[in-house]
Amino acid sequence: MRWVVTLVLLALGAAWGAALAERNVDYPTVVRGVEFRFPRDHGAHPAYRTEWWYFTGWLEGADGKPLGFQITFFRSRPSTDPANPSAFAPKQVVFAHAALSDPIKRKLIHDQRTARAGFGIAGAAEADANVVLLDWNLVRTADGVFRARTPARDFSLDLALAPTQPVMANGDRGYSRKGPRPEQASYYYSVPQLAVSGTVIKDGRRIAVTGRAWLDREWSSTLLDPVAVGWDWAGLNLDDGGALMAFQIRGRDGRAVHAGGTLRRADGNKIILAPEDVRFVPRRRWRSPQTGAVYPVEADFIVRLPEGVRRFPLKPLFDAQELDGRASGMPVYWEGAVSTPGGRGYLELTGYADALRL
Amino acid sequence: MAETAASGGAWRWLIAGEWRAFPVRFLVAGLAIAIGVALAFAVHVINRSAADAFGEAVRSVSGEADLQIRGASTLGFDEGLYPKLIALDGVADASPVVQFRASLGEKGAPITLLGLDIFRVLAVSPSLLGRRQDASAEGRTSTRPTGVDAALDLDALYLSRTAMSRNGLRFGQRVQVRVGARAHIFTVAGDLPGVGDGQAVGMIDISAAQWRFDRLGKLDRVDLKLAKGSSPGAVRQAVEAVLPASARLTDAEGESRRGDSLSRAYRVNLDMLALVALLTGGFLVYSAQSLSVTRRMQQFALLRTLGMQKSALTAQLLGEGAVLGIIGSIAGLALGYLIAGAALKFVGGDLGGGYFGDASPELQFAPTAAMLFLAFGIATAVAGSYAPARQAAGIAPAEALKTAGDPIDPRVSPRWLPAFVLVVAGGAFAFLPAVNRLPLFGYLAVALVLSGGVAAMPWLARTLLKPLARIDTRLPSVELALQRLLGSPSQAATALGGIVASTGLMIAMAVMVTSFRGSVDDWLESFLSADLYVAAASNEALFDAETQKRLAGAPGVAGIAFSKSVPVTLNPELPSVLLVVRPVGGPGYALPLIEEAQGRRAGIRLWLSEPAARLYGVRAGDGFELPVGAERAKGYVAGIWRDYARQQGAIVIDTRDYVALTGDAVRSEAAIELAPGASVAAVRTAIEDRLPPGLAGRVDFVEPGVLRVRALALFDRSFAITYVLEAIAILIGLAGVAATISAQTIARIREFGMLRHIGMTWWQIVAMLATEGALLGLIGIAAGCAVGLALSQILIHVINPQSFNWTMETRIPWTLMLSVAAALIITSAGTAVLAGRRAVSRDAVRAVSEDW
Repeated sequence: MRWVVTLVLLALGAAWGAALAERNVDYPTVVRGVEFRFPRDHGAHPAYRTEWWYFTGWLEGADGKPLGFQITFFRSRPSTDPANPSAFAPKQVVFAHAALSDPIKRKLIHDQRTARAGFGIAGAAEADANVVLLDWNLVRTADGVFRARTPARDFSLDLALAPTQPVMANGDRGYSRKGPRPEQASYYYSVPQLAVSGTVIKDGRRIAVTGRAWLDREWSSTLLDPVAVGWDWAGLNLDDGGALMAFQIRGRDGRAVHAGGTLRRADGNKIILAPEDVRFVPRRRWRSPQTGAVYPVEADFIVRLPEGVRRFPLKPLFDAQELDGRASGMPVYWEGAVSTPGGRGYLELTGYADALRL
Repeated sequence: MAETAASGGAWRWLIAGEWRAFPVRFLVAGLAIAIGVALAFAVHVINRSAADAFGEAVRSVSGEADLQIRGASTLGFDEGLYPKLIALDGVADASPVVQFRASLGEKGAPITLLGLDIFRVLAVSPSLLGRRQDASAEGRTSTRPTGVDAALDLDALYLSRTAMSRNGLRFGQRVQVRVGARAHIFTVAGDLPGVGDGQAVGMIDISAAQWRFDRLGKLDRVDLKLAKGSSPGAVRQAVEAVLPASARLTDAEGESRRGDSLSRAYRVNLDMLALVALLTGGFLVYSAQSLSVTRRMQQFALLRTLGMQKSALTAQLLGEGAVLGIIGSIAGLALGYLIAGAALKFVGGDLGGGYFGDASPELQFAPTAAMLFLAFGIATAVAGSYAPARQAAGIAPAEALKTAGDPIDPRVSPRWLPAFVLVVAGGAFAFLPAVNRLPLFGYLAVALVLSGGVAAMPWLARTLLKPLARIDTRLPSVELALQRLLGSPSQAATALGGIVASTGLMIAMAVMVTSFRGSVDDWLESFLSADLYVAAASNEALFDAETQKRLAGAPGVAGIAFSKSVPVTLNPELPSVLLVVRPVGGPGYALPLIEEAQGRRAGIRLWLSEPAARLYGVRAGDGFELPVGAERAKGYVAGIWRDYARQQGAIVIDTRDYVALTGDAVRSEAAIELAPGASVAAVRTAIEDRLPPGLAGRVDFVEPGVLRVRALALFDRSFAITYVLEAIAILIGLAGVAATISAQTIARIREFGMLRHIGMTWWQIVAMLATEGALLGLIGIAAGCAVGLALSQILIHVINPQSFNWTMETRIPWTLMLSVAAALIITSAGTAVLAGRRAVSRDAVRAVSEDW
């Protein structure tokens, strides 16, 4: 689950403000009991306010050195006057991030694209995953493999991400609650254990890479609970073939206002974690020299399973994996490659920088 | 004495003495230098300030784009070009732009309104980004991320500081934005921190711009950002390959250059006038110095006998010129700066020429140019002193000590060949074409004919005076005057040269301006044939099809023709021509045709104005294409008409052809023919009643008489600087003549003493001087008129067509010419008498004893 976009939309909400109420676009509500149908649900759901295709994972080249990567395509439907007949009317906006974590340089390099849908320049197809955004794109080919291309300013990613396991629906068969109210929810599924192959260009060098990745797919119309300031999320590919997704939503006092998760064992057995089953315990904090934000870059996700409590201690690939998107109007957050004994994945920490205070 | 002469003391003694004795002459020479430098510098400073302001205005709405695609006309181009451009290799990003002239709220100060896609602006031209401002805390910058948060508020308007203060707006305020006949209420959401001071710019979302202001499917501009390492040349080529006829490739610099090229000919003409003033100054220095040399010949001879070297004497005279040049030039620079400041304030950066739109320039000091003009002024003064210095250094001391005779032997008939060669060469140069759209050979022809005229003076004076001298008038004063003029040809030539140069230029300018004004007046009369004109206040497109129908049905209207002007770019290097859309043959508009195609041909009929035809090198009957509509519209030149209003060229197209091409039915002007018996006032009221409510206060009604007066006032305004220069030239000329004659008169004290000795009365001597002066003036003015008329023909038939691409018919300003002639003769005779009275009244014996 990625609420970066939600936050951006909240900020946009400041502009729309009252307008939202009066000339509203009708956003559908997320309800319990809707079955996913594929490949249709790999495609876009343009009626909903926001949606994303969020890939994170670990790569390695021939030298065996690890790299973390993130490729995210967002789609959002602004509340714009539907009467506007202009081809430039912002009925849908597509934006995307790509980031590469290089442990040798201990640096995160990233880039982004934004465009309103239309003119064939940007758009998200409904039938299957097929998102175009300027020179970036994401497409699911007939063999079910996702192809993502993000030529960026300082680096370039061209990856094929092949599913090795079935889709993992989170929450109640994909109905994932985000807050105390039933409409504070999203449709949410993950595809863990994606087998990655492709090329990375960095420092002017083309590197053939392989690796493991995670896809999060989510769409929703509802904003976060007003008391929430941020969240902590992790998606881990376990070495035995299992997968863990866990999150908590923090209130102003730093305590969880909501939590949840999914653990799928190697045998395919799935356990849905309730709010009281998930705890996030920081162990070590890192202060960003750029923004001054302090992130719990080393922490434990403690989950309660039928067989007892299990701790997933998370250790970052390196500390400086903060993504500072302020220059292009995006929020500041930490999104980094992490490892745990017996598994690797990504940790996302939001709402720690000043700029995100809502 | 020998010691003083050898040391630098001689300098001070001689210069100070001479200048104290004849302050007016040196004052006039210094003033002429000062005025020349001042004018040249002022023209330069004004133009630089205006060009800077224009460039700034272009840049402020262009952002930092590497390349720009612009519509060939204000109709824009199809938005389908945008995805094609963004997909090109080497193009990193592209930002589509819709651009309008808009007015805001009650005050309605005009702004440039841009419709932008904020996401593309972010990547291509971030200086155009809006910054959201809190309505409650004005002036405090929001800490929230900019850009995206405000991106999609379709009613948000971002304004530059200048746009805001000119319209008296606050953040958070709701304001009506009007573009043509359309209006919509926006909220002032923030400012444009990247737009410089003095630029009135506003920004809204591109979809809102297309929707609210009726621009669906059209773009006016696409800004391109090139990919790192891509070759601009290759990208340009790729872009050209996908461009439709309705769009063209450019960059901000190209745009500034186009603005510059429009006013270039005008500026060069002003520069030439300033140069003439400077040269007149140089000539006055020459005449002052040569007279002073003649007068001081004995002093110099004495100094030479006392041991002063030739070179020291030359250096001293050149030094005198340099001092004059330095003082004059510094005064000129200060004056020029003041003139520039005043001109910018009162007539604007285009000196009344109307070239720079409403860019409001600030005075820019130009240190490099200041040094250049300073050096130029000094060089002119030194050059003016050079010939007299050579003459002084070349004297034989013993001979010169005894007499102050004329250096030219009066018995030898002056040569006419050099003058003849100069004039013939000038005439030949007048037939050469323009160089780089500037009439360089025309100016050269002016210079040659003028110097030919000056060079011809000794010969002409002798030729004219010889027959007079043979007549036995029995008046000693007249005979003496004639003998004197014939006997000292070089002094007469110096005085005459000054008269010819200044009257020649004066008369040439006067004839040119009179011809121009007369032609404009005729043109206006034939052009404005309707009874009443209705125009949108700021040339906005206000009359849509329905309004047009309603107005046509107003009582008292016998005929009505709607029109509008659309700027169209035919050549990226040239300013846009105006495409004038109107019913050809409808009421109220007649074209003053000077050329017509024989018979009808295939294609759209286009009538080109004379400047347009000359600029694009076509004649009646030639094929002509217009970048309007989806395809390049093919047509031919059906006729060429006289036009003085649009120097960039204008093309008339019939309404039906234009609508077929573009579908654009909105017009900005109407010409009305009244029904018999209908009164202008009644029709005006009827029209006002039928205008849609939003338009009522925004149209002007003009009767042709008023329009004509207004146009001529505009004409006079743009020639204001020329009139001033002309007046200054006349004054300098008269002052120069006065100074020359008075100097010559005073130098002849001994002669007057002698004449008194041999029995001439005081009155006879004064009459002799008056006759001398009047004869000089008469010859001068006769030659000046001849030279001036010749020069005016070069101005009218060479320099004007080559600079401005229009022709005119010669008209002679008889009154002005006669008054100038009278003023000149009176001045020369009067000065001679005044100076002579002082000289003659001195004791005759003492005067003779001066001849040591």
